[in-house]
Amino acid sequence: MIYALLAWEFFKIGLFAIGGGLVTVPFLFDLAQKYPWFSTQELTDMIAVSQSVPGAVGINMATYAGFTTAGFAGGLVAVLSEVLPSMIVIYTIARLLNRWHENKYVSAILGGIRPAVLALILYAGWSITAQTITNWQTLGLLAILVLAMRLYKISPIYYIVLSAVIGVVLHLV
Amino acid sequence: MTKVSLWRLYALFFKMGLFTFGGGYAMLPILQSEAVSKEKWVSQEELLNYYSIGQCTPGIIAVNAASFIGYKLRGVLGLICATLGVISPSVVIITLVALLLRQYMDNQYVQWAFSGIRVSVIALIISTVLDMWQKGVRGLFGYVVFALATIFLFWLKWSAIAIVVLAALSGLCSLLWQKRKQK
Repeated sequence: MIYALLAWEFFKIGLFAIGGGLVTVPFLFDLAQKYPWFSTQELTDMIAVSQSVPGAVGINMATYAGFTTAGFAGGLVAVLSEVLPSMIVIYTIARLLNRWHENKYVSAILGGIRPAVLALILYAGWSITAQTITNWQTLGLLAILVLAMRLYKISPIYYIVLSAVIGVVLHLV
Repeated sequence: MTKVSLWRLYALFFKMGLFTFGGGYAMLPILQSEAVSKEKWVSQEELLNYYSIGQCTPGIIAVNAASFIGYKLRGVLGLICATLGVISPSVVIITLVALLLRQYMDNQYVQWAFSGIRVSVIALIISTVLDMWQKGVRGLFGYVVFALATIFLFWLKWSAIAIVVLAALSGLCSLLWQKRKQK
């Protein structure tokens, strides 16, 4: 039964991939070698597409891999199985956190992690900088955007749409 | 605080899933603007805590953060609705792409649009870190942890998990150190 097998494999990925979407890539390569579901070449396409359409990369890849294997239902089974472990884990932690967040050890630990997470977030931005900021135009756009975001606190969605338009216009002129 | 409807939770996280380009961290600016500034569902500090924990627990960070906020607002049902909200746009879009739009990725205009979107994602990340700096980095201890984490990440290429675990330990040590001094 393909769906049960898909559910089991993606449940395992959800359980063991710690640290975000791209961490699931090596697990998917294992799947490509273990099963005749998709080739490693197809997987490379999936990663490229997953990174360039909306949505979290890990979710996109699970859906894509499941879809390639067993159609729409396969995509649904794969993505739901992948998020199930984290839902259970977060449920447990959220309950504990409600009880323990006044605890001074817990808040000391979180106080240590918070500055580190800001560094991690910056690093996520840095990791796409080399392929994105390729000339003076894009560097200028980046500076203008950051400045605008500091001055005008509108929803990021407007900035995303605006930049898509600017991206096209910059290439046309 | 009035109860947030499950439908609204789903709808808001659907919107976030739809406008997240590039992964969980890229979702942070939108969460910050919608869930913290506009709706006041969670504080900036809570959001950072969720990301900190979501980073070192299993699964996708965006889903973990959504689960936390959903649970805080409406318990288990809220957790489920928020998570389903984040993954729904992906399921629809990926299915469409896989079905009929495979060649759209090679379209020139689409690629140009994405070259602009990527710039805005970087700008959003920088702006969000500046917003969160006050809540996230406190005192000399905060600066030191941030500086060390930056060095370990950018130059030594340590894994995110190792850095989070070390940062947690240093937080614990700073508390024990303060206690010893007080004695």
